[in-house]
Amino acid sequence: MAILTAKKVTKRFGGLEALGKIDLEVKEQGIHSIIGPNGAGKTTFFNCVTGFYTSEEGEIFLENRNITGLSPDRVTHLGVARTYQNIRLFQNMTVVENILVGMHPLLKSNLLGAILHDPRTMKEEHEAVEEAKRLLQFVGLTGKGDLMAKNLPYGQQRRLEIARALASKPHLLLLDEPTAGMNPSETQEMMNFIRHLRDELGITILLIEHQMRVVMGISELITVLDFGVKIAEGTPDEIQKDARVIEAYLGRGAASGLANKVLQ
Amino acid sequence: MLRKSSIWIEAIRSGLIGGAIALLLCLIGIVVALDHKMIISGVISMGQILVFAPVLIFASTTARRSATKTAYTLLLGAVAGLSSGAILTALIFLGQVINLRAMFINASPDLYKLLTFGLPVGAGIPLLLAVAAITGLLGAAVLLPPARVRRTLSQAVLWTALIGLLRDLIMTVIQTWGPAALLVRWMYAASGLTLLGAIFLLALIGGVAYWRYGRSKQTRVNKQSPKQKRWARWGSLAVLALIMILLPHILGIFFSDILDNVGLYILMGLGLNIVVGFAGLLDLGYVAFFAIGAYTMGVLTSPELAATPLTYWQALPFSLGVAVLSGFVLGLPVLKMRGDYLAIVTLGFGEIVRLLVLSDWLRPWLGGTQGIQHIAHPIIGPLDFGSQQMLYYVILAGIVITTFIATRLKDSRLGRSWMALREDEDVAKAMGINHVTTKLLAFMSGAFFAGLGGTLFAAKLSSAYPQSFQLLVSINVVSLIIIGGMGSIPGVIVGGLVLMGLPEILREFAEYRYLVYGALLVAMMLLRPEGLLPEARRRLELHEEKELAPVEEPQPALKNPGGRR
Repeated sequence: MAILTAKKVTKRFGGLEALGKIDLEVKEQGIHSIIGPNGAGKTTFFNCVTGFYTSEEGEIFLENRNITGLSPDRVTHLGVARTYQNIRLFQNMTVVENILVGMHPLLKSNLLGAILHDPRTMKEEHEAVEEAKRLLQFVGLTGKGDLMAKNLPYGQQRRLEIARALASKPHLLLLDEPTAGMNPSETQEMMNFIRHLRDELGITILLIEHQMRVVMGISELITVLDFGVKIAEGTPDEIQKDARVIEAYLGRGAASGLANKVLQ
Repeated sequence: MLRKSSIWIEAIRSGLIGGAIALLLCLIGIVVALDHKMIISGVISMGQILVFAPVLIFASTTARRSATKTAYTLLLGAVAGLSSGAILTALIFLGQVINLRAMFINASPDLYKLLTFGLPVGAGIPLLLAVAAITGLLGAAVLLPPARVRRTLSQAVLWTALIGLLRDLIMTVIQTWGPAALLVRWMYAASGLTLLGAIFLLALIGGVAYWRYGRSKQTRVNKQSPKQKRWARWGSLAVLALIMILLPHILGIFFSDILDNVGLYILMGLGLNIVVGFAGLLDLGYVAFFAIGAYTMGVLTSPELAATPLTYWQALPFSLGVAVLSGFVLGLPVLKMRGDYLAIVTLGFGEIVRLLVLSDWLRPWLGGTQGIQHIAHPIIGPLDFGSQQMLYYVILAGIVITTFIATRLKDSRLGRSWMALREDEDVAKAMGINHVTTKLLAFMSGAFFAGLGGTLFAAKLSSAYPQSFQLLVSINVVSLIIIGGMGSIPGVIVGGLVLMGLPEILREFAEYRYLVYGALLVAMMLLRPEGLLPEARRRLELHEEKELAPVEEPQPALKNPGGRR
């Protein structure tokens, strides 16, 4: 059973076809990667799923519900969360507040409740802060909750961004290059963390990744895009042997032995 | 560290800049205008302070750059002061040779008289140079003594100058207080302080400052138990409340009127702070909602326009409703706009509203240029809030309620959504925030408080004229938010007092109000861009008492290694 199904999704920017009839199925509780050279349309696909772009053609289903053309906030309410390639935290808010904003879809308080501080609002706020602290612990940021997000070191900002995405209790988490800018040990840690998310919380992971070691190490299924077109799909083993993938990455005529070395 | 020769050049350059600023102040006329405003009667006037303050400041800055703190530093300061003096001397010479007044209307004989201390040019110029050099020397000299003395001196001088400047206000307030009034009458001359009074104040304030130094507030507070702290907090709150309640009676009618104006600006500032400070939507047409509140109140309560005039309280819900509705109407077309575009559109909105109330087309309903008269003011039972002193209480209540609501909203789910939109609109949407309702709520809340201010403004004047709702009002409100600190509620209150209250009290500055304003805004942006009382974020993870973990430095070096994007 698929949690996310994309059928012939096409996105054009003027004359440029950024995505051409992409079919994609993300299995529930799987770890699925999208790879491809720069400009292949990976992030564009993320933006189509999360509602920032409306695809010209094709349909996207989330748990059998058509989400094509829904606004970003609606899509989030249906259980999709994402992180960004270049970290995008709310810089001038504290760490806890960032997570509380992430919890937005789960909270109910309104204008009147906020002014009157009625018991239900107070209880909800209290529970939200407690939940935020639990999330901080989960991503290893305990004690940093009251710092401004902009004052966190890079690696911690990445983790905070994931905590913020987790705060809405998503079914599907889209991670856009979560290991960008990390050293090998941090990368290893992030890989373990992503596996942990799936195993412990049962969240389906769809990720864009450039580091082949990460992709091959944790993905159960890999989709390869090149110039907005899906050129291959399969398990890591299949992808490493796929001639078209090697060609996309290294150019026609590259020695397959060399290519394999690189892809590993 | 600079090389020796270059340090002298630096001192001269810095002195010349100080002199140029003093020259500028002279030529725009503010110096002569404030010459009759004495700080210490017969000794020093506000005008003289304006001439020599830049000299002092620039000499002090240049002296601070020198590595050693000795007589050498003093000499640096004196050189800087002398260079400033040279510029002013050049002005006097030039004034003797050619008629500067043809171009600079303020280069008057009065100015030369002031700069030469009333002496003939031959004796006055050496004296001016000497005073400038001594001023520069003093600017350097304040750096030499230990911090405690330095602080004592600067506090004593600044406070004494301020007390001298605020003579009229202080005299009005204290003249009925028996023994204190006697002291004050002895201290003050017809303008400014008497010499004895000034010496007394310098000694008193200096003594207190010297004694207090080192006994920092932090150590005292930490010794108190939580219970004591709570009592202290409630106690100070009660005292504050009492002062706020008695204030109009202490200040009298004239200052109460000023207080009302300041209060209305604070009210508007608190409302606009929701739009600009919290939600980050730069609204330059905020005066429109103020006008809409005032005019709705006028239309509904003035016997000239309404068939059955309502009372203030009956009309209030309608006025607020119309204001909120107009917030909604403005919000709809600007939902997709950000930054500069939003500012321009809202500015246009403000002008549209002003031109509409001014127009002949709507004259039968809104009064056109003649405005609306006989607008009702609040009455509760036997209490008539028509006078400035009584209306103050309604305005105060409005501010208290607004502060309460704004504080609550800020730390709520809605407040966080506003801030998220301010920080990054796209990501905020991805967090499930509906930007349409969230933005509209910001505009509507802002309009609500401006509308409230508008009704009170109409009640205060018992009339409403289109001229009262100029673009300048919007700009004033934005400025007071910037000066106070964007998004900070106490900041708005302080900003309102500083920006709106001080110019009213210091009437002599009134002519130069917008000049001082502009200078203040530029200085703030350079020296303290976060505002006087910057926005503080509530601590949610750890409680207030615990100390915050040391902030780790961000590591920008790790971002985008290898140029990957």
